[in-house]
Amino acid sequence: MNEILIEVRNLSFYYGENRVLKDISMGVSKNMVTALIGPSGCGKTTFLRCFNRMHDLYKGNRYEGEIIYNGENILRAHDLIKLRSKIGMVFQRPTPFPMSIFDNVAYGLKLKGIKKRSEIEAIVEKSLMEAALWDEVKDKLNSPATSLSGGQQQRLVIARTLAVEPDIILFDEPTSALDPIATSKIEDLIKHLKDITTVLIVTHNMQQAARISEYTAFMFRGELIEFDKTENIFTNPKEELTEKYITGRFG
Amino acid sequence: MNLVKKRKVKNIIALSVSVFAAIIGLFWLVFILSSVLVKGISSINLSLFLNDPAPPGIPGGGLRCAFVGQAIITVIATVIGVPIGIFGGTFLAEYGRNKKYTAVISSLADMMTSFPSIVVGVFVYTIMVRPMGHFNGYAGAVALAIIMIPIIVRTTEETLKLIPWEVREAAFALGAPYYKVIKDIVYRSAITGLFTGILLAVARVAVETAPLLFTSFNNSFLTLNPNQPMPSLTVTIYQYAMGPYKEWHKLAWGASFVIVLFVLVLSILGRWIISKRYGSE
Repeated sequence: MNEILIEVRNLSFYYGENRVLKDISMGVSKNMVTALIGPSGCGKTTFLRCFNRMHDLYKGNRYEGEIIYNGENILRAHDLIKLRSKIGMVFQRPTPFPMSIFDNVAYGLKLKGIKKRSEIEAIVEKSLMEAALWDEVKDKLNSPATSLSGGQQQRLVIARTLAVEPDIILFDEPTSALDPIATSKIEDLIKHLKDITTVLIVTHNMQQAARISEYTAFMFRGELIEFDKTENIFTNPKEELTEKYITGRFG
Repeated sequence: MNLVKKRKVKNIIALSVSVFAAIIGLFWLVFILSSVLVKGISSINLSLFLNDPAPPGIPGGGLRCAFVGQAIITVIATVIGVPIGIFGGTFLAEYGRNKKYTAVISSLADMMTSFPSIVVGVFVYTIMVRPMGHFNGYAGAVALAIIMIPIIVRTTEETLKLIPWEVREAAFALGAPYYKVIKDIVYRSAITGLFTGILLAVARVAVETAPLLFTSFNNSFLTLNPNQPMPSLTVTIYQYAMGPYKEWHKLAWGASFVIVLFVLVLSILGRWIISKRYGSE
């Protein structure tokens, strides 16, 4: 078997009194793509946002259980700034910052305190190449990031996330706001990303999960129903609920 | 068929009433603007800006001291009001988001924007002019700043709320602390909106008379020291328009012309920035 990067143990999550994640346990394999699927409102995005403690931005939330990463429980981590620089996140809609393409990618580096111009330039170029955007933007690095198309913006955001060399990138339906061509570019990119990092992706689109992931977790009403290799989930699911969902009988 | 006809008649009536109401409103606006412009423009000459007032009854003279005083008071008011307004609005839109007292402060600020400005003047008279013992420019600037602050607080709050929350989350997800998210992401996205709010607030206080009557009062001599009574265009207009001399009336028209033009330009500039920013996207 492969190396487990992050281990989730008996995770429950509460919005106030409302228990929205119920006793989830699973492992995220290093240098693999793991997909989270399930109908709307099943808690997959809520689950994803536990990994970088995004819920801490809002009041009245509570975690139970453990998410073990590097031998420590993420849910007890005190230095969220350090944690979030190791666990990157890409959102549904592209989120370019109101600055140039170059400065967008360099932003995380400046947060880390890297000041040397030559070092920043090298990392920016490397990250844009890894995000398959370099050829399209190398002549206009000083243009505003908002001048790029939606698909390019999303790849820019991925480059910005890659620049700080995260151990894992969390994707929250990264292609739901994009057209089919831009979507296929992002999918190709994600398939290649596992060579340099680990990917955990929430997707609405089951075909997408089948195309790009090694492991798939099916969630329903806050519970993890089934977690297995993607091919098993889609060809030979063990749970009846999983089979119903992937054959389109509900959801 | 009858029903359709009825609706058409009703429609014509509604349209005529609306047009008539609009014309009444516009008529006075055009009337005021054109009389200020027509009567004012004949008083505009270099000596209006370069000379101080001549003794009453003697022709000539200008309002140099009032222009300078107005500029100094407005600048000091802006220096005091803008940072407080921006930081206050930032607190409401960011740190105090979703808190109950935020909505209360917001509504209070809204009320403050339509607060009688003469009350602000009396208030500053009590806390500054009385203790200091004399009318002075600082007090005038503080009074104007007090009027400015709620306006800027509200425009700042509304502008910052327009910035999508996701962009902030994206910066948090990179490990940015909140103050950097505000400084690097939120303010940069909102810069034109913030600037427009400041412009409109300056335009608003530049035409205030009442708060200055009790604070900076007036002065017929040029002064650069805000610790003395300071002349301003609005108070000068008030005084000269009430005065018995024809020359005074002429100067008052000239000052009115300049101040109306100033506000017009600021407002148009503000609107132009908004349309350029939000119209093209």
